[in-house]
Amino acid sequence: MSDFVRNLIRFMLLIMVQVYVLNTIPHLHQFITPYIYFLFILWLPFNISRIGLLITGFITGMTLDFFAMTPGLHAAACVLVAYARPFIINILTPKETSEFNYREPSPKSLGWTPYFVYIFVLTLLHHGYLTLLEWLSFGTFLSFLIKIIATTAISMLLILTIELLFPRRMKFRTNTA
Amino acid sequence: MRNIFLFIRRFFTVIVFLALQALALWFLFNYNRFHRAKGLGVANEITGWFNSRYNTAEDFFRMKEENKRLLKMNDSLINQLPSNFMKQDTSVRITTDSIPYDTLGNVRRFAWRPAQVIYNTVNFEKNYVQVNRGFNQGVKDNMGVFSSDGGLVGQVVNVTANYSQVMSLLHVQNKVNVMVKKTSSSGTLSWDGKDPRYLSLGSIPKSDSLVAGDTILTGNYSLSFPPGHLVGTVAEIIPDPTTNFYVLRIKTSANFQNLQQVMVVENLQYEDQDKLLKETKKIIEDAKKVKR
Repeated sequence: MSDFVRNLIRFMLLIMVQVYVLNTIPHLHQFITPYIYFLFILWLPFNISRIGLLITGFITGMTLDFFAMTPGLHAAACVLVAYARPFIINILTPKETSEFNYREPSPKSLGWTPYFVYIFVLTLLHHGYLTLLEWLSFGTFLSFLIKIIATTAISMLLILTIELLFPRRMKFRTNTA
Repeated sequence: MRNIFLFIRRFFTVIVFLALQALALWFLFNYNRFHRAKGLGVANEITGWFNSRYNTAEDFFRMKEENKRLLKMNDSLINQLPSNFMKQDTSVRITTDSIPYDTLGNVRRFAWRPAQVIYNTVNFEKNYVQVNRGFNQGVKDNMGVFSSDGGLVGQVVNVTANYSQVMSLLHVQNKVNVMVKKTSSSGTLSWDGKDPRYLSLGSIPKSDSLVAGDTILTGNYSLSFPPGHLVGTVAEIIPDPTTNFYVLRIKTSANFQNLQQVMVVENLQYEDQDKLLKETKKIIEDAKKVKR
């Protein structure tokens, strides 16, 4: 399966799950809406160009926005995540290996701890920005803080569960191939 | 000039990032106002298509046919309610082109049509309900929406050919005129964005002596909703000695978490009333401006 088809299927699945499951489940608490759709951006291959990454992020966000009737809200957060992604990857990968052995970020390619940090930082960034934009139009500062912490925690839990339940099979790429 | 190009080439990623960010924020702050969920027309048709596909799958698990039969029955009954009609003055008879419902000179003011909810959220601060009726089926902006058991759901804010978006009561910008059944004093219903089972209601004077369990109905002064329909019941009276008004928590009678069949109600005289309102405003306020 080519990278494009693989990511397209992943995109549709994640958006569908976000729109029809996570946005409509009876909520756990007034503050918490779990988000996993931006996992699509985090799972894009290493070799995607930075401009491509930004535009993909924008399209992902807008797609969700059209379902949620909030034009621009998720798009803004996704673009921020897409912009920050290369920096985080650069910090977390060891310097001496200039070539990536795997196609995309995963616990296998980065190692569990760096991968956890990678997911955590970008999740926090996404939720923080999203909640900030919501808070600008409505709400109090305390609920703003609680909301960031709660949604980040529940999303992290979901993402790690997904990571454990559906391990992505990836081929080890050697230089000779 | 060369330096400018060099600058652009060097910071191209940052510039694209800032441009996309600006575009997203522009969308957010321009399109997401109260009644201006416009510009989503095409997108609404597409998401509507997906939502209705998903809904057909979802309905397999639900009592679809039974619900529809029930709704049709309710629809035929609710259209007969006296609150849908208005008495025209009979002593001075003015000829109008509206068709009298009966020989007593009652004219139909509200008409109800059934619709099906195809997408709905309760988790956000701004919740919308999408229904499978659009302007091809006669739905227009500002029509009221009630659930199949008669509880108020919200107001239509955006219509495309076959789908429309309803701003549900669970929307922080929603303001609905309601009244207390016992005393007919009216207030404004709003939502604090927290618990989807409860709304809040202020501006009912304490002289009304309410108790928990009192019924709240739609108000007399709305252009979109017929008066006297169920909105909810008083769940809790929050003590607030600083004002002369009650702070009430209202339990909604419509259950927003499992909306399926709804009814869209049309005020047949909406355009008349709206025009009158606007023209009055224009006359009075323009006169003031000229005086100054």
